Amino acid sequence: MIQFDFLAVLAEWPLLLKGLAWTLGLTLVATPLGLIIATLGAWSRASGPAWLRRALGVYVELQRNTPFIVQLFFIFFGLPAAGLKLSPEAASLIAMTLNLGAYGTEILRAGIQATPRGQWEAAQSLALSPVQTFTRVVLPPALQRVWPALTSQIIIVMLGSAVCGQISTEELSYAANLIQSRNFRAFEAFIIATLTYLALAMLARRLLMWAGPRFIFGRRPA
Amino acid sequence: MPAEVQADPIVRITALRKSYGANEVLKGIDLDVSRGEVIAIIGKSGSGKSTLLRCVNGLEQFQDGALTVNGKPLLYESAMAMRALRQQVGMIFQGFNLFPHLSVGRNVMLAPTLVKKRSQVDAAEQARALLARVGLAEKFDAMPDQLSGGQQQRVAIARALAMEPAVLLCDEITSALDPELVGEVLRVVESLAEEGMTLLMVTHEMGFARKVADRVVFMHQGRVHEMGSPAELFGAPQTPELRQFLSSLHD
Amino acid sequence: MIEFTLWDIVRNLLLALRWTVALSAIAFIGGGLVGGLLLTLRIGLGRRTQRLIALYVQLFQGTPLLMQLFLAYFGLALLGLEVSAWTAATLALTLYTSAYLVEIWRGCVEAVPRGQWEAARSLALSFGEQLRHVILPQAARLAIAPTVGFLVQVIKGTALASVIGFVELTKAGSMIANASFKPFLVFGCVALLYFALCFPISIFAQRLERQTHAR
Repeated sequence: MIQFDFLAVLAEWPLLLKGLAWTLGLTLVATPLGLIIATLGAWSRASGPAWLRRALGVYVELQRNTPFIVQLFFIFFGLPAAGLKLSPEAASLIAMTLNLGAYGTEILRAGIQATPRGQWEAAQSLALSPVQTFTRVVLPPALQRVWPALTSQIIIVMLGSAVCGQISTEELSYAANLIQSRNFRAFEAFIIATLTYLALAMLARRLLMWAGPRFIFGRRPA
Repeated sequence: MPAEVQADPIVRITALRKSYGANEVLKGIDLDVSRGEVIAIIGKSGSGKSTLLRCVNGLEQFQDGALTVNGKPLLYESAMAMRALRQQVGMIFQGFNLFPHLSVGRNVMLAPTLVKKRSQVDAAEQARALLARVGLAEKFDAMPDQLSGGQQQRVAIARALAMEPAVLLCDEITSALDPELVGEVLRVVESLAEEGMTLLMVTHEMGFARKVADRVVFMHQGRVHEMGSPAELFGAPQTPELRQFLSSLHD
Repeated sequence: MIEFTLWDIVRNLLLALRWTVALSAIAFIGGGLVGGLLLTLRIGLGRRTQRLIALYVQLFQGTPLLMQLFLAYFGLALLGLEVSAWTAATLALTLYTSAYLVEIWRGCVEAVPRGQWEAARSLALSFGEQLRHVILPQAARLAIAPTVGFLVQVIKGTALASVIGFVELTKAGSMIANASFKPFLVFGCVALLYFALCFPISIFAQRLERQTHAR
């Protein structure tokens, strides 16, 4: 008969809490930064110079076609050899931000390209500058269009942060690993961590779907 | 034009009521359809015309009242009974709903081969004959997206006829067509009427209804508001609602 | 200290790449079979089954793949089975793939217009006949592009198997980077190899997507 001892894991709740805090912290910083990159990237890909579009294209395809863990290892282990040494937390943050930035660029670009022709023409007729047109007329509806997809991507990045424990970032999966190395309750530790991630994902989705219309792209009638 | 009531009506609707949640869309419909009769159902949008039609072949379920086709009531729980019903009652849709991944010929052949277990050879022969009848013999191997709207709708008619139904339901079959394509579809329907097919048509084509229908039913807010021959309904509308409806069409 | 030439590095990475490809293929095909089974159950059986499968999907989509791998590895060990990293990785990735694929395919079935269902029903086709002859052919056509696209996710997912000790491309890269003291070069090559594997598939999936919507 298999004996489970969840209490042994829950007894280490300070460690779990610290891990949870780090996971949330990393996500909370990487998300706005990633979204800023996504906005700039999407705008550039839609209406920037050709060289910039191509460079961004390379960035996006590299991000989408390589595993996150490899990107992380490259940033943390590889860059020091080229002169740039980073803390585990900084490397994690950069990797997550770049990842969200790349996927966000593509998602937002699709949203922008779905803008009806008439919107651009109306803005032009009203003598709005390109920046004004973008920020006031094009971007808010585009964000609303792709908000569910962006939300999903943010959650993917948050769940992906579990890998950062491999470079000793003290987030949730690191905490679970640490706990199980002490009390050998590996299965219980990882179940608890997994359920915590699941709860985080569900809460994050609700929160983002609620916050988006309110704060990001303006109130809209249902 | 067959006489009013001969044998038992082929479709008998009695005190039919249907609601969507709290919203009652059919408030007690009584209608008897005789074999070979052509009935045009007219009315404003939201009057329940399409819903009534879709109750006859079971695409919509009603909550109260009775509906029998060929003497048999609708048994929703029995998949076999519903399939038997749909072999008796065919439907043509506003949006055609041809199967895009099958050629025109295969669209017509599909149901007879699967349901009536007809052989491929017989089904193909029947399909060719029916397509010729609707004027599309040469399109047997074409794909639906290569056809115009009017052609697609005529294929849909052939597809429904392949099952040799006793009653044909037409749900605004020309409403989605460009005006110049409407005539070719209506000509096919008229020929069906002349051959004695029982037709229930929800339509906005008043000229067609006047010419081809034996009876016109005007529906208003979920009830049969007026019913009679085309001459009666179009020539001498009794109720203000019908008068208003008819005048709004002429604007 | 052993000197590693670029060719030494690349050669060893390529050898490990075989295992990445093998794991990806098995997980993708296995996941496809399980996903297909789940889809049939979902369509055929009632509300409760639908809810169970939706829960299954949410479990895999709402938790990190890394955790799934750990749970497979330690979970199987608990049952007293002789668990290698390969077995655990195969199990975890197969189930992961099945959850994502059943969700993708469900979306494709729902994307077939209602009118198709109604027309098929009106022609007296049984539910099974409606699915087989009218709905699934159209859903399958819609499903090709996103399914091929998901293969890229599977390949990237195999990289996490390195964490439970399976020697595929990423693990080999870590080991070689440690031994050669050339992490920049080694991980750079690892990234490029993944790119070489995934990028053509991504492009192919994009082309399929364009074709599907061109009709």
